Amino acid sequence: MTETATATREARPAIFEERKDQIHRIGSEPFSMACNRDSLAGAVSQRACVFCGSRVVLYPIADALHLVHGPIGCAAYTWDIRGALSSGPELHRLSFSTDLQELDVIFGGEKKLAKALDELIARHSPKAAFVYSTCIVGLIGDDLGAVCKAASLRHGIPVIPVQSEGFKGNKREGYQAACKAMRQLVGTGDISDISPLSVNIMGDFNLAGETWIIKRYLERMGIQVVAGITGDGRVDDLRRAHGAGLNMVQCSGSTQDLAKMMRDDFGIPFVRVSWIGIEDVAESLYAVADHFELKHPELASGLVERTAELVRDELSNLMPKLAEYRRDLEGKRAAVYVGGSFKAFSLVKAFRHLGMEVVIVGSQTGTEEDYRELAAICAPGTIVVDDANPLELSAFIKEKDVDIFVGGVKERPIAFKLGVGFCDHNHERKIALEGFEGMLNFAKEIHASVMSPIWRFVPRREFGLNKKDAEV
Amino acid sequence: MQDDAIIKDAANDYKGESHVATTNACKLCTPLGATLAFKGVEGAIPFLHGSQGCATYMRRYIISHFREPMDIASSSLGEKNAIYGGGPNLKKGLLNAMQKYGAKLVGVATTCLTETIGDDVARILAEFREEFSDLPLAEVVHVSTPSYSGTHMDGFHGAVKALADQLCPGGMQDKAAPSGRVNLMPGMVSPADIRHLREICLGFGVTPTILPDYSETLDGPALLEYENIPSGGTSIAEIRAMSGSAASIELGRAITTQETAGSSLRDRFGVPLHRLGLPMGIRETDGLFNALKQISGNEPSRALSLERGRYIDSLVDGHKYVSGMRAVVYGEEDLVIGLTAFLAEVGVQPVLVATGAKNRGVAGHIEAACGEVLREMPIVREGVDFFDIVEEAGSLSPDILVGHSKGQKAARDWGIPLLRCGFPIHDRFGGQRMLHLGYRGAQSLFDRLVNIVLEKKQTDSDIGYGYL
Repeated sequence: MTETATATREARPAIFEERKDQIHRIGSEPFSMACNRDSLAGAVSQRACVFCGSRVVLYPIADALHLVHGPIGCAAYTWDIRGALSSGPELHRLSFSTDLQELDVIFGGEKKLAKALDELIARHSPKAAFVYSTCIVGLIGDDLGAVCKAASLRHGIPVIPVQSEGFKGNKREGYQAACKAMRQLVGTGDISDISPLSVNIMGDFNLAGETWIIKRYLERMGIQVVAGITGDGRVDDLRRAHGAGLNMVQCSGSTQDLAKMMRDDFGIPFVRVSWIGIEDVAESLYAVADHFELKHPELASGLVERTAELVRDELSNLMPKLAEYRRDLEGKRAAVYVGGSFKAFSLVKAFRHLGMEVVIVGSQTGTEEDYRELAAICAPGTIVVDDANPLELSAFIKEKDVDIFVGGVKERPIAFKLGVGFCDHNHERKIALEGFEGMLNFAKEIHASVMSPIWRFVPRREFGLNKKDAEV
Repeated sequence: MQDDAIIKDAANDYKGESHVATTNACKLCTPLGATLAFKGVEGAIPFLHGSQGCATYMRRYIISHFREPMDIASSSLGEKNAIYGGGPNLKKGLLNAMQKYGAKLVGVATTCLTETIGDDVARILAEFREEFSDLPLAEVVHVSTPSYSGTHMDGFHGAVKALADQLCPGGMQDKAAPSGRVNLMPGMVSPADIRHLREICLGFGVTPTILPDYSETLDGPALLEYENIPSGGTSIAEIRAMSGSAASIELGRAITTQETAGSSLRDRFGVPLHRLGLPMGIRETDGLFNALKQISGNEPSRALSLERGRYIDSLVDGHKYVSGMRAVVYGEEDLVIGLTAFLAEVGVQPVLVATGAKNRGVAGHIEAACGEVLREMPIVREGVDFFDIVEEAGSLSPDILVGHSKGQKAARDWGIPLLRCGFPIHDRFGGQRMLHLGYRGAQSLFDRLVNIVLEKKQTDSDIGYGYL
C-alpha cells in the first residue's frame, strides 16, 4: 500500500506493473510474452468488445440487413463506419437498431425485435438478416434464436442471430460469433457451375477496393473467385462458398474459424496469406498456384508460369517507382501498432523496401507465437507490445524518436500530438494499401506524411532535438 | 407455438406506431455526453463503468471530430463481473486511473451493462474511499447514464449537475465565500464557442467559471511532452467555489424542465439562475448580453458591440442570397432551437426541425425564441431518426440542410448543400474550431451559409459567373 501511495502523486512510470510481461525488448532478455489477457481496468486499452469483432467481420456483407438489438449507441457508433466498398447494393451502410428503452429492458425486447425485423425486411427486401446481440440483451435474456427463427419462417430469408454480447470476451470472441453466423449460410447454395480452380478471399474487407485488386490478380491467373468473405460480400456468394477449391485466409483471427469449419465440414483446405507488402503478396499468389498445380495438375497447366509473369509484370512497374520514395525515406524510423499481428509482419517487411526500420511493433490481439515470430524478424532494441495503451505508446514513440506511426484512428491523435507522422492502416483508410499497387500507395502515403515540411515546426523538432543536440 | 405468439403480440403492442426500428439515429447514447462533460474539468479523466467496447467506440467517435487525444478509462467488465458485480473492477480501474494517469478527478459514468446488473456505484465508491483511506485519493464524481434512457445530452447535463452536486455538497451553511464570479454552464458547444463565451464575459468585466470547459483539453497545441491528461479545464477549486458565485447562467432552452447544475446551486445556495437560450443569432445573443449587463452593471466592451453592428451590416449585404430558402434543421434539442432562431432572422424559413430527443417541448421553445420573426412555424419532430427526417422532408422541398455531418447522405441524395455545424463533424476539417455562438458565431454561420449557396450557384451555372 505504501508503495502505491507514493505512486499516486509522484513518479508515474508509463508501464503498468501488471503489464510488464506484455512488453518485450528484443535482445535485452530471452523472449517471453504474455498475451490474450483481459484488458486491465482503468488502463484505456485500445481494444474493443465482442460486438465490435462481429460487426467488423459481417459489416461488408452489402445485401444483408444488419440489425443491432440493443440501446442506440452500438448502432450509432458503427453507422457507415468503414469504406467496405460494394460493387452493388449498399444496405450495409445504413444503421439499424431496436433502440431499446427502459421498459424494453424491464419487460424484454423480443416483441420489439420481431416487429423491427418485420418492418425492415418488408422495406429493404434483404437477402438475409443478421441480428446482433449486445451487452444488455445478454443480461435481459431475450431469446434471440427463437425470434430470428420465427422471422425467418415468416419472411422466407435466413435471419441469423449473432451472439455478440459485448462483455463476453474481446474482439476474438466476436470474430468467432461472426464466423458461426456465416457458417449458417455456407453450404446452402448451388455450386454446380464452380470451377475446381477457385478460391474464397477471406479476411479482406474491401475497405478501399482491395478485394477487387486481389480478385483481378487471381482472375489474371485463371482462378475463379467464389466469395469475398467478406469484402464486397454477398449473401448468395456465402451460400456458395463451399464450392471453392481453396480458402485464402488473411488476418490472424477474423475469418480463420470459418475456414476451419469449412475444412472440417466440406474438406476445403485453407492457406494463410497476406496482401500487404511485396514478398507477402507474391508468396500468397504463388501459394494458390502451387496448391492447384499439386491438386489438379491436369487443369492447372501454365498456372505457375502465369503467376510468375504477373508478379514480374507488377514488380517491374512497382520497383522503379518505389526507389524514388526510398531515396527520401532511407533511414527513417517507424512504429507499427495494429489490430491483428499478421499486418504487423507484413508491414515490417514492407518498410524494409522503403529503407525504413520498424522500432516499435505491437497489436491488440496477437498470440505469443505471433510475437515470438515478430521478435525474430525485427532488429535488436525493437519494442514488441501486446494490447498497448496511450501512456505506453506515447512513451515508446518518444524513446524511439520515430518518424511515422502506422495504426488506426485511436492512435492517430497520440502520434499527431507529439508531432509524429501517421499512416492510417485501419478502417478509416480511403486508399488501397493491399496488393502491389497498394504497396505503391503505401509508399506514397508514408512519403507524404514523413516528408512534410510541417515537422520542423512541431515542438519535438523545434526545441526537442535542438536541445538534445546541445546537450550532446 | 412461441413463434406465433411473438408475431401476434408484436402486432398488438406496436399498433398505431408507424415503425419501431430505428434507422440512422439522430442521437447518441447517454454516457457519451457524460464523457465529454468530464473532459472539461482540469486533471480529469472520464471513466466508463462497463465493457471495454463502450469506451473504445466513444473515443473513436469523439476523436474523429476533435482530432485530439480522448482517453476514456473503462472498468473493462467481463462475463464474470456481469454475474458477480463490477465493483472490484471499478475499484481497480479507479486506482489505475489515479496512479498511472495522475488524475485529479475521475468522472465515472455508468453504461447499460452496469445499470442492468444493478451495480450501486455510490456504495462502491464509498467502499473504495474506505478501503484506500490511507492513500491520497483523487476526487471521484459519478453519474448514472443508462444508455437505454435519454440521449447524450442527458448524459452531458447529468454529468455537469453531478460535478456541481458532488463537489459543492450541502446547503447554505456550506456555501463558499462570495467570489463575484459568474457560473456559466454553456451546454455541449464547441471549444471555439467556449473560448468566445469567456471573451464575452470578460468584455463585461465578469470572470466566469465555465462548466465544463474543454476548450483546451479538446483543442490543445502541439506538444513536446505527451500529457497523460491534457492541460486546461475548470479546476476542482473553481468548481468548489461555484456555490459562492454571484450568479449562474445556463444556456439551452430545452433543459429548463430538468433539475440541473444551475437549479441545484440556486436551490441549495441561493445563487441566482439565469436560464437563457443558446446565444445564436441576434436576439438570443442579446439575451445573454442583457443578462451579463444586469449581473455586472457594465456595458459590453466596444469590441463586442462592434461585432453586433458588423453582423447586422453583413445581413444587409447578404440577405438576398438566402432570402426565402427552405431549411431542414436537425440535431440536439438546444442546438436546433438556436439554429432556428438564427435562420429565421436571416430570412431562411425552417420547414422541418427535428431532434432525436423526446419530450423537450421544442416547438414551444422555438416560438419563444423566434417570436414574430419566424413567418411560419416549421414542422417540429422529436424522437426521430434520419429515416423519419428524410421521409418527412421529402415533400417539403428543402433548399438546404443544417446540422451535423450525419445528414450528409440526405443532402447528397437530394443534391442540396449541408451547412455543417455542431457535433459530430466527421467529414470535414476543423469541427472543434467551428464557432456558433455570439454575434461572431452568427457571423461565421452566415458567411458560411451565403458561401455554400454561392458555391452551388456557381457550380450549377453554365456560365460560372466571376462576380456573384
